Amino acid sequence: MDWIRQPAYRLVELFRSDPSKIVDYVDSVYDRIQRVEPLVKAFITIRSREELLEEAQRIAKNVDSYVLPGILVAVKDNISTRGIRTTCASRMLENYVPPYDATVIERLKRAGALILGKTNMDEFAMGSTTETSAFFPTKNPWDLSRVPGGSSGGSAAALAAGEATLALGSDTGGSIRNPAAFTATYGLKPTYGLVSRFGLIAYASSLDQIGPMARCVEDLALLLQVIAGFDPRDATSLPVAVPNYLEELNRLWHEEPRLRIAVLRSLVEVSEEGVRKVFEDALNKLCSRHECEDVEVPYRDQIVAAYYIVAMAEASSNLARYDGVRYGLKTSFEGRSWIDVYTEVRTKGFGYEVRKRIALGAFVLSAGYRDAYYLKALRFRRLLKEYFDGLYKRFDIVVSPTMPILPPRLGELVSDPLRMYMADINTVIANLIGCPAISIPIGFYNGLPVGLQAMSKPLNEVTLLYLGKELQESLGYANLVSEVIR
Amino acid sequence: MKVRIGLEIHVQLTCLRSKLFCSTPSNYYDKPPNTCVCPVCLGLPGVLPVPNKKAIEAALMVALALNCEIAPKIVFVRKHYFYPDLPKNYQISQYDGPGMIPYARNGYLTIVVDGVKKIVRIRRINIEEDPGRLTYPTGSMITSPYSMVDYNRSGVALLEIVTEPDMESPKEARAFVEKLMAILEYLGVTDTSIEGAFRVDANVSIEGGERVEIKNIGSMKDVEKALNYEILRQRKVLESGGKVLREVRHWDPHKKVTVPVRGKEFEEDYRYFPDPDLPPIIVTKEWLEEIRRKMPELPDARIERFTKQYGLDEYRANILVLSKWLADLFEECAKMYSDYKKLADWLITDFLRWVKELNIDPKKRSWNPRSIVSLLQAMDRGLISVRMAKELMPKVVAEGIDVEKFIEEQKISKITDEKLLESIALEVFRENPKAVKDALKNPKAINFLVGGVMKKTRGRADPELTVKIVKRLLEAVEKGELSI
Ligand SMILES: [Zn+2]
Repeated sequence: MDWIRQPAYRLVELFRSDPSKIVDYVDSVYDRIQRVEPLVKAFITIRSREELLEEAQRIAKNVDSYVLPGILVAVKDNISTRGIRTTCASRMLENYVPPYDATVIERLKRAGALILGKTNMDEFAMGSTTETSAFFPTKNPWDLSRVPGGSSGGSAAALAAGEATLALGSDTGGSIRNPAAFTATYGLKPTYGLVSRFGLIAYASSLDQIGPMARCVEDLALLLQVIAGFDPRDATSLPVAVPNYLEELNRLWHEEPRLRIAVLRSLVEVSEEGVRKVFEDALNKLCSRHECEDVEVPYRDQIVAAYYIVAMAEASSNLARYDGVRYGLKTSFEGRSWIDVYTEVRTKGFGYEVRKRIALGAFVLSAGYRDAYYLKALRFRRLLKEYFDGLYKRFDIVVSPTMPILPPRLGELVSDPLRMYMADINTVIANLIGCPAISIPIGFYNGLPVGLQAMSKPLNEVTLLYLGKELQESLGYANLVSEVIR
Repeated sequence: MKVRIGLEIHVQLTCLRSKLFCSTPSNYYDKPPNTCVCPVCLGLPGVLPVPNKKAIEAALMVALALNCEIAPKIVFVRKHYFYPDLPKNYQISQYDGPGMIPYARNGYLTIVVDGVKKIVRIRRINIEEDPGRLTYPTGSMITSPYSMVDYNRSGVALLEIVTEPDMESPKEARAFVEKLMAILEYLGVTDTSIEGAFRVDANVSIEGGERVEIKNIGSMKDVEKALNYEILRQRKVLESGGKVLREVRHWDPHKKVTVPVRGKEFEEDYRYFPDPDLPPIIVTKEWLEEIRRKMPELPDARIERFTKQYGLDEYRANILVLSKWLADLFEECAKMYSDYKKLADWLITDFLRWVKELNIDPKKRSWNPRSIVSLLQAMDRGLISVRMAKELMPKVVAEGIDVEKFIEEQKISKITDEKLLESIALEVFRENPKAVKDALKNPKAINFLVGGVMKKTRGRADPELTVKIVKRLLEAVEKGELSI
């Protein structure tokens, strides 16, 4: 039995008929991790085989009461896990062990899933390549000389390398979709407020969302089902009823509704040639069955600027709490002023990218500049939302390439920060306006994965899953696992 | 020289069971350090605040009672500064700025000082979270080798009430604080007797000088003391030709002086912005109406009712009403006793004096209305003298005795037996021949003889009767009818 490539929904069926198989499955995945992890470096923390097997045996006794019995889930290291250190890939939290579980972790545990470990990421989710991790960069399993994208690069790489069946990521400006596109996996950023942020270590609170990552659309739906829903501990959580995503997906799959699809043409045009080619092929397939129409992307020059102003402003505030007084990196307080202590801790604890964003964020919020930057960015955000609200009246789906570039080589983007920031233009829109967005693998160019991004109006995740399913079935990119060749 | 005083008062909403943004109990007052905490009020990574609806309702009630305009939305903002007592290094508060607004503005409060009514305007009220506390092993920041942080207070719901500089004397400022505390007490939102439940900052300026801020005033009495000291200080500076500079000073309650706080090198920039974790709370008319319906009778209305229903003057009504417990006691007694003015006077003077003297917490209520009324009735029926009533008051206050029963048991009723008093007076005359001579020359010296009778009867002699008898005996001595 090839346990590594099995989708979760099929594993669940298997485990229900033979619970003893859970142990075999866990063992196989663990063997796989031991083989490929030294090359991929997807995890910051991996739980021990013994611990996992023990939990697997406990769950095997009662498979029918769980939605995801024994399924191994890799969790991004900015999601709080009680008793398992949660570092945000930062020296600042290198030894921080949360005393509580994030809401999504509680829900995963209730569903019988096994928390496999904590995946690498850009430090405090600030980056698009997983290279700003304070510990080590993660490699793209499809080409180890390239980055897996970011900031949820560890989660995406773990999936693509066959080291986990499902994964959780977080997406502030594309941090789920970007690595999904770079690793030929599926990633969904849910509607803002659909998944509780309680326990997610904040980067930019008004943009952050936890989302599911998987190797097929059905698994994406399954994982979303478990983590979505109102949480009284998150005041931004939406008090809405969550549909049964798998059922709804199957219903649409049989009904085959014709969708009205808007293509963000200018975002296609500015993409790299390889991306453009693969995207056009996939688009042709879509347009043969759906109504497609090119639309303009307004304010193209302002989108990324507005995004970074909001994100950095909120980050400068959210990261103020890391001062070495209560937890995290510590230094001697003896005979020193608080300012000295703070300065040392924050200089040593944060990497360059994080320090830069905190400084810029503090600047755009400071008196005299707030109006010109922060408030203007907020006004722009409203304007952008109005434009897309209008689009969503005429279209069911808005598509573009997920990333305008192919996975870059390690070191290539970090040395060119403006190019790195500009590469976020396609993905940040969904975060700025709070709508859901999915990245779907649509092919390879010179062996490098390309993803298609689809956005829809808020709380319309089902339509995104439907589109994903259609592309998955017509293109055949389901349950892909890289061989991971050196 | 005209004095202008403005106040900034921080009040905890002690009526709440939990803190402003988490479910941690908020009655931390007698708990060991860092035992009233949770991940949220410790600001651990990943936590989120959720507003306490009861706190919002209490805050809205205060705003209504202070006649404020209430914002259509409650917008929480983050106020940033680094200090170890602030776990997130920002405080969730409110601010007046683009996209931000205090939840209540433009209110007022009426105070009465020396019989004159005055309106003090309220500029704004913020609802915010209290920071934790730094404590020092030696009690002083300067002499302690280290400091300790206690986060029990962190996240407790706090109102910041800011007035316009409408007060013109320390007395007015004190009257304002007293009235405000009474209102909070009536609303049941703050138990002002809890230490730390309210803190006052004041700003004072004298015509010709800059505005000086005084921080750290912890009691109602100290509001007046600190302001008196500061005004005197500023006057002296101005009179000697100096300049009063704009500065921040601390009130030292032990030395009873204000001392300058070391000036900051730069103006702090708090980088305010709306908290993205807290969507604005819409305040609907219906919600406000519902809160208004739940509001109890407030001090101004009660004062007015006291003057109408009991025929009290404003002065007495004011004193009674500003102590809610005293006004409640008055009304309970008034059901059984109809000389309201006499009742009010005894409560305001002797009763209150003994409550303070015996240091009894009004909440403990060692007395009862029946006992107070029995004292007044015993007096009315001539069973005891005014003096005896005064002497019995501590027993009424501390034990709630039934006065009639008590005097029966102790056989201490007033001596009205003329013959008995006369024989006692004669004894006093014989023992004090010199005093008798004095009294014959100087009518005022009679008091010594009356006092002698009182002493012998341990105060039980009827004073009027005693005076009459002493006078009669003196006349007899003068006429030679009686020799000593
Ligand atoms: Zn708490």
